[in-house]
Amino acid sequence: MNRTTASTGFERAVYAALLSCALVSIVTTVGILYVLASETVAFFTEVSLSEFLLDTQWTPLFADKHFGIWPLVAGTALTSSVAIATAVPLGLLSAIYMSEFAPRRLRAVLKPGLEILAGVPTIVYGYFALVVVTPVLQAWIPDMAGFNALSPGIVMGIMILPMVSSLSEDAIAAVPATLREGAYALGATELATIFRVVLPAASSGIVASVILALSRAIGETMIVAIAAGQQARFTLDPRVPIETMTAYIVQISMGDTPTGTLEYRTIFAVGSVLFVLTFAMNYLSHKLRRRLTLAE
Amino acid sequence: MSARRRPSERLFRLVCLAATAGPLGVLAWLVGDTLVDGIDRLSWSFLASYPSRHAEQAGILPAVAGSLWLIVTTALIALPIGVGAALFLEEYGGRSRLARIIEINIANLAGVPSVLYGLLGLGIFVRTLGLGRSVIAGAATLALLVLPIVILASREALRTVPDGLREASYALGATTFQTLRHVVLPMALPGILTGAILAISRAIGETAPLIVVGALSYVTFVPDALDAPFTALPIQIYNWVSRPQEAFLKNAAAGIIVLLATMLVLNAAAVLLRHRLDARKP
Repeated sequence: MNRTTASTGFERAVYAALLSCALVSIVTTVGILYVLASETVAFFTEVSLSEFLLDTQWTPLFADKHFGIWPLVAGTALTSSVAIATAVPLGLLSAIYMSEFAPRRLRAVLKPGLEILAGVPTIVYGYFALVVVTPVLQAWIPDMAGFNALSPGIVMGIMILPMVSSLSEDAIAAVPATLREGAYALGATELATIFRVVLPAASSGIVASVILALSRAIGETMIVAIAAGQQARFTLDPRVPIETMTAYIVQISMGDTPTGTLEYRTIFAVGSVLFVLTFAMNYLSHKLRRRLTLAE
Repeated sequence: MSARRRPSERLFRLVCLAATAGPLGVLAWLVGDTLVDGIDRLSWSFLASYPSRHAEQAGILPAVAGSLWLIVTTALIALPIGVGAALFLEEYGGRSRLARIIEINIANLAGVPSVLYGLLGLGIFVRTLGLGRSVIAGAATLALLVLPIVILASREALRTVPDGLREASYALGATTFQTLRHVVLPMALPGILTGAILAISRAIGETAPLIVVGALSYVTFVPDALDAPFTALPIQIYNWVSRPQEAFLKNAAAGIIVLLATMLVLNAAAVLLRHRLDARKP
């Protein structure tokens, strides 16, 4: 009898310990929200929201300080668009190849091969963009600066490609065989079947994969910090140095900005914008994928 | 059938194959170019020297030591918490509302950019808890970053343990803890270890969160305690990449070779473990 009571007490302690492990993830989320919110609120006691949203210059480190977020947003939008423009066509075509054409044995080699692309550390991609891709682009494109949005954008596109291809492949594989058979029975060619039947049927899953890849591109840090430059500039020219939101956070962190100063708080304000953007996209992508699984 | 395929279809197949093989070619280009750039700098003295203003004398000893400290500490924090959370969700949580909330939350955390984990670490570990720009602050940040990976892999491993074994254990009068300790965990261990290795491999390459937490980029000592300042291999590489001189870029390439080789070994180990796990399945 005694043993049972002791054992239930012990069992309850184990349960409590495991529960607290699981709660660490909740605490992490609360921690991120708390840190971002508290420093961002402190930031906005010194800088007005209208300056943040309406000014088109970002110069917190200059004597003449401006706190307009748009140059950083433009830099982020530019590198991310290049990345998406690289990753989506390649990723989609490779998803089609994997699900429709690839012989099983070749697929068994190609698929893990592509997954490796997502596992290479971003610092390595940054080096590759700066040292290899940029000089190649400079040879082709006139007025291409040593730091630019195009080169890191392309390399980032290669990095996020496996995300587009593997999620799109799942979506394509989920298209019922009866739809394809119906198309063939009506005399449709292979290409017509893929483009008019299979891809439209898989579209919500494909869009979900693209949004998720976009979210990853927006949050990617080291590639752009190394190869895109660190000059906040309100431009959509992919040939000149720019600065993304993430690269700005790295730039300030590399320097010795004292705690509690306005400059220090800017990285949390920028971080908040980054968090809201990526969270919204992850949420949207999740909703789309849910719709897909429910439709099955 | 294949003889009757139209030219346009054959062309399209070729384009699709090129789109798949092309990025792999880029990967080969990346690895090949880095090898060519950095292989000359790889030597025992490169591994065993401190950084220097003279590129030819500079080495990665403090960076490698810092990375080792970070990785071991990260694993010691992330593994028990991650496996504990997975056990809770798989073995206790069931369909409860709390388990659902935690699950959604973990999925969300996996999508948070790593640089934001750096801001979390800076705000909570470095400032609020007063740990300073130390090994423990960096490791705690990395641990939270890789926690979703550990949890997901551990849950998958726990799911491969047949329910019949659990029921048999209960039927013999074992308590839940005894069942977990003697039946479920030993069977799930290879899968959990695979996840752990993948998480560590991810943590080794992380750069941005460590920069934000305050890893130093020029360190001439090896960390000797959890509260010591530190650098890490990716940070050292970033430092060298940021310099205009060609000679430092070669150092960066050599550092990248060391980093990629380490990750290759870790991933190979994970693949081997997974194979052993698969071989055991009925």
